[in-house]
Parts: sequence; structure tokens; C-alpha cells
Amino acid sequence: MNKPIRTVAVFCMFLFVALMVNASYLQFWKAEDYNADGADNRRVTEEAFSRERGQILVGDQQPIALSEPSNDRYKFLRQYPKPLVYGHTTGFLQLTSQTGIENTQNEILSGQDPRLFVDRLVDLVQNQDNKGGNVTLTLDPDAQQAAYDALRNSIGPEGEGSVVAIEPKTGRVLASVSLPAYDPNNLATHDFSAAADAYDRLDPSDGDGDEKQPLLNRSIQTRLAPGSTFKVVTAAAAIEAGLYNGGDQVPSGATWQAPGTTGEQNLIDNEGRTGCSPENISFGAAMAQSCNTAFAKMAVELGPEEMRERSEAFGFNSTQFQDLPGQATSIYPESVTDVVDGEEQAPRELNDAETARTGFGQFDVQATPMQMAMVMSAIGNQGTLMRPQLVENVQSADYQLIESFEPDELRDAISPSTASQLTDLLVETVDGGTASPGGIPGTSVAGKTGTAQRGVEGAAPYAWFTSFAPAEDAEVAVAVMIQEAPGREISGGGLGGPVAKAVMEAVLR
Amino acid sequence: MSQSSESRRAGQSGQPSQSAFMGFVHRQRRGAELFLLILALVVGIGAYATVGLGLEGEVPTNLIGYGGWLVALTVAAHVVVRMVAPYADPVLLPVVAALNGLGLAVIYRLDQALDIQKADQQLVWMTVGVVGFAGTLILVSDHRMLARFTYTSGLAAIVLLLMPLMPVIGAERTLGAKIWVDLGPVGFQPGELAKVLLVITFAGYLVVHRDALALAGRRLLFIDFPRGRDLGPVLMVWVVSLGVLVLQRDLGSSLLFLGLFLIMLYVATERPGWLVVGGLLFLGGSLFSYLFFGHVQQRVEIWLDPFADRNGDGFQLVEGLYGMAWGGMIGRGFGEGMPGRIPEVETDFILAAIGEELGLTAVLAVLVLYGLIVERALRAALISRDGFGKLMATGLAGVFALQVFVVIGGITRLIPLTGLTTPFLSYGGSSLVANWIIIALLLRISDQARRPLPSQLGEEPEEPDDVHTQVIKTTTAGGGGS
Repeated sequence: MNKPIRTVAVFCMFLFVALMVNASYLQFWKAEDYNADGADNRRVTEEAFSRERGQILVGDQQPIALSEPSNDRYKFLRQYPKPLVYGHTTGFLQLTSQTGIENTQNEILSGQDPRLFVDRLVDLVQNQDNKGGNVTLTLDPDAQQAAYDALRNSIGPEGEGSVVAIEPKTGRVLASVSLPAYDPNNLATHDFSAAADAYDRLDPSDGDGDEKQPLLNRSIQTRLAPGSTFKVVTAAAAIEAGLYNGGDQVPSGATWQAPGTTGEQNLIDNEGRTGCSPENISFGAAMAQSCNTAFAKMAVELGPEEMRERSEAFGFNSTQFQDLPGQATSIYPESVTDVVDGEEQAPRELNDAETARTGFGQFDVQATPMQMAMVMSAIGNQGTLMRPQLVENVQSADYQLIESFEPDELRDAISPSTASQLTDLLVETVDGGTASPGGIPGTSVAGKTGTAQRGVEGAAPYAWFTSFAPAEDAEVAVAVMIQEAPGREISGGGLGGPVAKAVMEAVLR
Repeated sequence: MSQSSESRRAGQSGQPSQSAFMGFVHRQRRGAELFLLILALVVGIGAYATVGLGLEGEVPTNLIGYGGWLVALTVAAHVVVRMVAPYADPVLLPVVAALNGLGLAVIYRLDQALDIQKADQQLVWMTVGVVGFAGTLILVSDHRMLARFTYTSGLAAIVLLLMPLMPVIGAERTLGAKIWVDLGPVGFQPGELAKVLLVITFAGYLVVHRDALALAGRRLLFIDFPRGRDLGPVLMVWVVSLGVLVLQRDLGSSLLFLGLFLIMLYVATERPGWLVVGGLLFLGGSLFSYLFFGHVQQRVEIWLDPFADRNGDGFQLVEGLYGMAWGGMIGRGFGEGMPGRIPEVETDFILAAIGEELGLTAVLAVLVLYGLIVERALRAALISRDGFGKLMATGLAGVFALQVFVVIGGITRLIPLTGLTTPFLSYGGSSLVANWIIIALLLRISDQARRPLPSQLGEEPEEPDDVHTQVIKTTTAGGGGS
């Protein structure tokens, strides 16, 4: 019987060799794949969650997100020292998800980025826990704080609105505030049920959360009709197309019945601004008085194609900002889809009446505060649009620079001559027009107000204010958007102007 | 004609090697065993202390008592071997002590993760196991006496296997398999013990009928089939146990019993044809059960794509795989992993916990230890001087190897997962006690095999194979009539 026993022995050896080979395959070769299974693999997520994450810094290495040692089942707790001011930008860290910069810079912050490989190796050799790298933001702490305080002051504790400030020459985002704010510390707590409760209170999407949607980053996620601030784009299109020069007279009028429309309801007027009433006024006066009729006529003369191309040159119909997730695309409509008897018709081009309304930022034109700040910064930068960026640099855990922010030129939105003509028009608007609340003594400011109808009868309009300063060599471009300001009179200049002024002053100081 | 000449050749070839062994006397090597046992204790107690260091930063407070008990059990087992089986293989007991000690430490670690108290209980089971081990060694002074219980143990195996299906005492505990018996406060899996009894039954029957099985019968295609009356009884025992297991939905044990049956038939008859038949039977049976049993289909589907239902049916396997991948080469260290995420981690999936916290290194070490057990058992079979001992040792080695292969192959996704315990590591009394008894039987066989022949001791010569030679002669004579 020894021969078959030897065969059995060989057979058993094969069994064990198969087990060993398979175990080695699983734990050595395949392990990397399994460990990369992300949110699905709780071991990986929990480990990442309890690791010492890098900091998010602003200004001179002032942390706005950091990991503090924690005594519970996870080793570190994520904390946000200035939660309300920076919450929408930092986002918050949770076990299986992150938002904001925590999300887009997760690789660096968690230490997984390949560029941190050497640090990981050193940590391993020294038997230290692996720390994540730091991320410095472009935000200017003074400007950010000023924007937060001024906006909160302006719209009151119940208000909703946003401020975005960009450095025109580089595209660095200097301030980004959205109100109402939320406290990311409540969402990043290790008490997961408390975190879930906090989230439910903030998120109205399923039931009884806060109707004001505090989690929404209005700077990039809320798009509204830009109203009169869009006249800047219409003017840019007109000058760029050679239709008018900055010094020309432009057709205006007290009222205008757009071609193809009838009735009182479709009559375009100037909401009582009598300076617009003459048949022809100077381009500067049309801008300063924010004449709807003048810009409506201008838009119809240019046609929807020309208007759309210029809007897109400024960044409409695309998203160029990549440092935060979830942004909304600003829109200049390409076409209109009518609905007749509940059925969608084939898309058609905008008609004159619709084009006319886009000329002053109504109809289907929609913009985020970030988009309007981009428009102003392009004009302030001699017509060159820079990609807005929020990350200044990334560093290793011990502050060694890994990669630094490089300004990224998107395109020439308009020619330098157009830019300079527009600047003159906008300076006139601040100096003697509707945008005067945004003026800064001793500094020339270019600005434009906006008040956009909601299309709902009786509801207060949205207020906008966009500006840049100094006009001759812009260092900061600002867009203020006010969605709700309960108990206050809505006007772009009155509510938005002081906010923009405060932010510009904080940067220029 | 050809068959008989072939078998004669095989018989003759055994003869010279047997005589070559005649002059060789095995040493007792009990000192070596003691030394290896100390190493094994270092593994067991060291692992236990490491759990405390990893989790609490200090050695467990009961380390002295725990370690003392482990030492006492190990030394007791060693002393019993010294007294009643002095020539037994010196490697088996230390390997088992190391595995059992490691298992205890891992269960102690899992206690903390799962907030349970099973390590103490497992120590009690280990004590029962060692008592069973000592009792078996003492009671079975010569393994050949077990041949007397061929049919009794077959019957007992079937009764044991049937118990879980009985209304009052039968219990369904995990994953729909009815393999438990509840007797008051104590529950056990009779299948574990039935395994040992079946080996005895097969060995006892096959050693008597091996010539008839090998020689008589008719040839069909390329295989010589034995006559029904020769194969009948053992085939019946096997079919009944398989049927019971199918009713109990115990896939792993079904596979185990089929493999056991085939290996022993092959070794007894020396006919590779049986492996072909067995392989076909296995394929047919697999196909049949895949087509007609939902739970088999489910297991196969989980095996093919465990991630398809990652949070449902595939959860256990995926968590086990993630755990082992997370452990990598050297593991996270005791207390640094999340083995508590794996369902049934302290029983079926304990190897995944070892892989996660102690790494591939420990998994390979465990596999080597299992391999050593199988190899030492087969060595005992090779040098055993009687057919019954050879068959029994091979059977025990085979069942052990298959069980390890099926359970670890299942956890590491080499083959579809079937619920079986990992010998000496898993939490559970039935498995632990049964495996200690298996080791006792193997030690007994190896003691007999390594013991010097009575002639060399200068005592009255005694023919160990005498009884069987007689029986075989009778059967051959009967077979010649056909």
C-alpha cells in the first residue's frame, strides 16, 4: 500500500502548495487592489479617518482645518477653528466622505498622494504614523473675514447671499463667503449619530431640514439671473463687435416694446430711472444709469449668437474652476425649448424679445457669484481671463513645498482696448451712477449694480454688485450676490456696494 | 491475469523495503518532543501576552494563570505520551500545541473585538481535548483493536450524523446548515466525531476486503469494478452519510467524506482507476447539487463574484478578503486590525483574522504546521507494519488535509466557501476534541510503527500482521471461486 500512500502524499502537497500560492497572491499581489477599494473597504476608510491628516492653511500658515489627537476609537479628530467663515471652502471630513477642499485635496491631506511617497517611506523607517500633507489656500484671511462680516451685516442674520473676490492678474480666489454658514465641526464629530442629526437639520432635501440650505456653497453652487450686472457682458460684446465705442451715443428710451411682443407685460422700461429716457444717450450714461432699454436694443442688434459667444468667452456654459466640487454651470441660453400642451418642441433660436431681455441679464441667463467675479476680473486684467484657483500650494507634513500654484491663463475674453473702454464706463458708474456705494475715497473703483427679477409676482428681487479696484491696475475683483435679506430694502448698490467696498479695502489695505 | 500479476508485483516490491527496515531501530526522541513543546508554548503564551500588549499596552493580568494552565496541559500530554507511547512521532504533539496556543490567543483577541468571552471557554475545550487525547492513547493500547469495531463505528457514525435531523435535539445554527445537536446546556457537532469513526470503519472493512476489491470483478471500459458484495457495505455507509449531509446542507463535510472514501479505496486497492471514478463522481455530484440545490448555487455565485452582493451574501467573504489584504505581508499586529467586521470570525473565518493581524507570514506558518501534521501522519502510514494502521493513518491524514484545504481554500477564495472549522484554531469544542483524538490515534499508529520489533527486543516474536494475513487468505480463496 506504500505506493498509493506516496501518491496521496504528493496530492496533499499539491493541496498545500495551492493554498500557499493563493494566500500569497491574495495578501501580496492582490492586496493593493483590495486596499484601493475606497469607500467600499471600511478598513481603509476607517484607517484614513483616524490618521493624522494634513492641515488646510490660509495666509501665513493659519490653520482652518487640522487634526487633533482624540481619545476615542479614532486617533485624530478633524477640527475647524473658524468654522462659519471657512466652512463652505474647507468642507468637512466624515468617515466615508469629504466635501470641499477636504474632498478635492484628499490625496494630499490623507497622505496618499504619490508625491508624498518619500515621506511615507521615512515615516515607515522611523516607525512613525504616516501624516498627511498640508494645503495652503489662496484665500486672504483679512479679505475673507471682511467679506463674512460685511455680508452678514448687510443682509442680517436671516439673510442669504454670497461674496467672491478674485485677484484678476492670477485668478487666485481671495475671498469666498456663503451665508447662511454652517459649522463643519458638528458634521465631523466622531459621534456619528450626532453628525447625522446635524446633517439632517442642515439639509432640507429630505424633510424638515433648514429651508435656507446652509450646506449650499452659494459662491459656486447657486446660479441666479445676474440682472444688470450682466450689462457689462452686453457692453463688452458691443464694443468688441465694433458696434459702439465707449464714447459713442447709444439708443435708449423710456420704454421699448421688443420686436414681436405685445402688451404691457412685455414692455421693457427703466424702473423709474429717468436719465435713460432720451432716444440717444452716451454709453457711459447708459451704464451709469443702468438703462434696460439701451442694453436690450444693443443685445438685439448683436443677436443671440454674438451675445452667447461673448458670454462663453467670459466663462459661461462651462466650468473652469476645479478646486471645489459640485459647482453649477453659468448659462447664456443656446436655444429655447417651448412646451406646447405639455409636449416639448424642437429647440429653436432665441427670438428678439428673449434676446432683448438677456441684454440686461434676465430671461434664461444665469450666473454664479464666481462667474460674475470672473467677468469683472477679466476686464480688470486687460481682457485676459485667468482660471480661478483656490489652492496656493501643497506641502509635506513638515511644511516642505511640494507644488506651488501656477497662474493659468484661460483665454483673452476681450481685447485690451475693449477692457479699457469698459473700465472707463464702469468707473463712471461708480463715480456718478448707481454703483456709488461701492466707491472708495482715493481709489478709482469700477463697478456695476444689479437687481434681478425673480419672475415671481410680489417677491423681492435678487441684488448683485460687481466691481474691481484700483480701476487702472486691478488687484481685486468682487461679486456680491444677495438672495434674501429679510426686512431690508433690496438694491444692488445699497446692500451689495458696502460689502464689495469692505472686501476691496481689505485687499488693498 | 494481468491484474493479479500486477498486484503480486506490488506486493513483492513492498517486501525488500520492509526487510531493509528490519535492521533499523527508531529512537524514541521524547527529549526532542519536549524541546519542541517548549517552543510551542513560547508561541502560545507569547501570542497571548502580545494580544494584551497590542490592545491594552500591558500583558494580560491573567497571563500567569493562563500560561500555567497551558503548560500543565502540554506537559500532561507529553507525560502521557512518554508513558504509553514512547516511540510515537515527536513532531505531531508540538505542532498541535503551537496551533492550539495560537488559536487561543487569536480567540482571546477576538473576544475584545466582539465583546464576547470565548477564550476561557476554548481553554476548557482544550482541556477536554487533552483529556480525550490522553484517554484515547491509554485506552487504545494497540490501534489494531479498533478494527474490531469496524461495523459498530460505522453504525455509530451514521447515528451521530442523523442526530441533528432529529426533532428535539437537532439545531440549526449557522447559514442554514443543520449540523448541531443540543443536549441540554452542551451543543456539539456530531459530524466531527463521525469523521473519525468513518475512518475506522473504512479502514477496518477495506483492509479485510482489499484483495477481493482489487482482484475480483469485471472490467468495464478501462476500470475493474468490484463485485457488489465486496464493495456493498462500505459503499452503503458512505452513501448514507453523504445523504445525511446533503439533507443537512453541509457541503464541506460532504466533500470531506467523498474525498475520504476515495482516498482510502485507492490506497486499499492500489488502483488509480478509483480516482478516475471518484473524480467523475465528484464532478457529477457537484453538477447535480449545483443544478438542484439553491444553496450550492448561491455559494458558487458568491465565489465567482463576491462583490456582486458585497453587503449581502458576499459580505463575509469580502470582509475576509479585505481583512487579509489589509494585513498584507506582516499583518497589522494584534489589536490593530478590524477582524470583528467578519461574521463568524472566531469559528469559520479565524484564519482571516490571523491573516489580517499577523499577516501572510503567519498564514504561511500555519499552513506549514498543517502540512507537517499531514506529512507526519502519512509517514506513520508508510512505516506502519499493518494494513489497518496504514489505512487509518492515511485516512486521518487525508481527512485532515482535505478539511484544511476546503476551509482555507474557501476563505482565500480558491474554491467556493463551505462552512468547516479550521483544525485547532477555530473556536468550538467538537472540532477541537475530535482533532485531539485524531492526533492521539496517529501517535498510537506511529508508536506501533516505530517501536522495535519484538525480535529486536529479544522477546517472544509476535506476528503483528498474523490476524490479517489469515483473513486475506480466506477472502482470496473465496474470490478465486468466481
